[in-house]
Amino acid sequence: MKKLLLGNEAVARGLYEAGVEIASSYPGTPSTEITEVLSKYRDIYSEWAPNEKVAMEVAFGACMAGKRSVCAMKHVGLNVAADPLYTMSYTGVNAGLVVCVADDPGMHSSQNEQDSRHHAIASKVPMLEPADSGECYEFAKLAFELSEQFDTPVLLRLCTRIAHSQSIVDVGERTAKEIRTYEKDPTKYIMMPAFAKRRHPMVEARTRALIEYGERAPVNRVEMGGTALGVIASGTAYQYAREVLGDSASYLKLGLVNPLPEQLIRDFAAKVDKVVVIEELDGIIEAHCRALGIEVSGKELFPICDEFSQNLVAEKLGAAVPAGRKFDGEVPGRPPVMCPGCPHRGLYYALKRQKCTVIGDIGCYTLGAAAPLNAVDSVLCMGASVSGIHGFNKALQTDSEHKTVAVIGDSTFMHSGVTGLINIAYNESNSTVIILDNSITGMTGHQQNPTTGLNIHGDPAGKIDLEALCHAIGIRRVRVVDPYDLNACNEAIKEELAADEPSVIISRRPCALLKTVKHKAPLEVDPGKCKSCRACMRIGCPAISFKGGQACVDQTQCVGCGVCEQLCAFGAFKSTAKED
Amino acid sequence: MKTKSIMIVGVGGQGTLLASRVLGHLFMDAGYDVKVSEVHGMSQRGGSVVTYVRFGDSVASPIIDEGQADYIISFELLEAARYLPYLREGGKLISNSQQMDPMPVITGATVYPENIEGRIADLGVDADIFDALTLARAAGSAKAVNIVLLGRFSRYFDFSAEAWDAALHDVIPAKFLAMNLKAFESGRTSA
Repeated sequence: MKKLLLGNEAVARGLYEAGVEIASSYPGTPSTEITEVLSKYRDIYSEWAPNEKVAMEVAFGACMAGKRSVCAMKHVGLNVAADPLYTMSYTGVNAGLVVCVADDPGMHSSQNEQDSRHHAIASKVPMLEPADSGECYEFAKLAFELSEQFDTPVLLRLCTRIAHSQSIVDVGERTAKEIRTYEKDPTKYIMMPAFAKRRHPMVEARTRALIEYGERAPVNRVEMGGTALGVIASGTAYQYAREVLGDSASYLKLGLVNPLPEQLIRDFAAKVDKVVVIEELDGIIEAHCRALGIEVSGKELFPICDEFSQNLVAEKLGAAVPAGRKFDGEVPGRPPVMCPGCPHRGLYYALKRQKCTVIGDIGCYTLGAAAPLNAVDSVLCMGASVSGIHGFNKALQTDSEHKTVAVIGDSTFMHSGVTGLINIAYNESNSTVIILDNSITGMTGHQQNPTTGLNIHGDPAGKIDLEALCHAIGIRRVRVVDPYDLNACNEAIKEELAADEPSVIISRRPCALLKTVKHKAPLEVDPGKCKSCRACMRIGCPAISFKGGQACVDQTQCVGCGVCEQLCAFGAFKSTAKED
Repeated sequence: MKTKSIMIVGVGGQGTLLASRVLGHLFMDAGYDVKVSEVHGMSQRGGSVVTYVRFGDSVASPIIDEGQADYIISFELLEAARYLPYLREGGKLISNSQQMDPMPVITGATVYPENIEGRIADLGVDADIFDALTLARAAGSAKAVNIVLLGRFSRYFDFSAEAWDAALHDVIPAKFLAMNLKAFESGRTSA
């Protein structure tokens, strides 16, 4: 049956049909929908794990037990899970194990632009890269076949434009897989030096076998057209080249991007006058070709930074580039902002007022870095706020301890903030950590996490008690505030910064976008009372603008959180709720 | 058929994803190859958002570049100005006249451009700019702006009312369907 599916949905469908039994992931744009879609197949087990390392080890345990397993993550998530990956390369698998990883060229929703093919090369794990949803579906199935045939985990690499583009897929039915039995095999599964030394040569032999496979397998294909130019490409870059050059060029379209074939490339290069390698991010295929002694052009034409497009490919190859008409005048930017009623806003406002240094983290609350709040000093990676503040305070001691905080979301704290807090308690820094508990994983589109008390299906599950956890770690000062209450936020921040011991403030209110959250009636401005002081404009609420010299509330956006009301010295904001 | 390209642009939260999925189903049901490209994550938080819909006999690139869009459907006026360079020579712009201040305007760092409508017309762009918000509210919800705009777009596009109806049924959840069908109709037929 033909369906219009996102690349991520197609991956999930392919995995499902191939008989996946266990899925464990941590959400991360642009990979999240793979696991969300898998969770809808209730005949398989799926879960959100606290982080990618845990997820990958869950998948490994399940594959060792004999069931086909998968974990999915964004590119930076693979860094977190790199530890198990590199050694799973040695152990290999029992039932198939697929690791989906989604890169984000252009950084639509990421903190860096790393190319996950480097992890495939370094861990010596094969990597497939599809170029549309149809291939996402096919390659997901193929990944399990290769995993079992070559006794290896298999990486399935997507990028934003594949993961989040829909195209037509002809889907089939799930085929039941015979469950492999687990048999104790210390030399395969216990990676201590004596056994690992025996496995490493097997990894090298496997890579040679996979190169052989890639020389002939249909996953790498030659499409002959005009022979003046031969293009070697994979994924999106192949699609952009096809769009621009059509049948005027010939293509070597690579689906197995690690390890790369050798003879196939030599033979292709021999058939065309000139070879150009078009690849987003780093010049990996290009370097491989050069190492084979094949003359190619690549990164001297195409950029390493940012994502490609058909116009970029056309321009670099000297083809005609269409142009449009430009609007005559400045078009103000529209950066993403915290939503109306976002619980993070009040807390950030209080931090800004107290001129705090704020060590930030990854999530919606990263948006506190933007104007007009400008409240964040650093954002590095998941969990880095809690570990980072400890280092910052150890370096500056009393110069920073009483004015510096770390902010981290509930899901990110579970992911990797908790280990940083253990370090604060153990190595005794006088640090103040604020957990922005909005009771959901927000930026990736509302996934449950260990603090919400619900599992991936929204059913009741184990619930980690944040206060008890912080106490158990050894933090004595743990308090909860409502971020809609500015006075309470100010007081909590002031007192915890003043204290001479580590403390945790839990700023607790559910995300305003959650369907379970009841909104209040929107506010309106009494024009007679507004003195045009613009105090309400300092919180960066998208529902408040200045029209005709006065504040004005967009009632289609306002959810009645009342933070602006607390800022107004003239009582100009009032609810539109009808009085009883 | 040569690939046709439609861009849907707006502000995160306005329902561009749903609108693009309706188009995707419309074209798939008509037997075309289709690609619909979306961006999720950070930009959905009130930022400028764009989705690309392409259909034809065989579609390669999932995205649309400058000078290539046959149609731009804009949910907000400033976004129409922003993405105007993507419209090809002879392409058509359909836009909501609603204005939503972006944060740099709210903070006073810059101002919302004056007379966007007139300045787009001065460029000789074939544009249909109308108040979709009022029509959406009349249909039952300000959130139906996306479907009102699809209704308006359907006027310029040779697909039967039945085909549109089927695509809307494919994508829109049952409990919002009646209201959205009304919104579509008002976009399609209003003056």
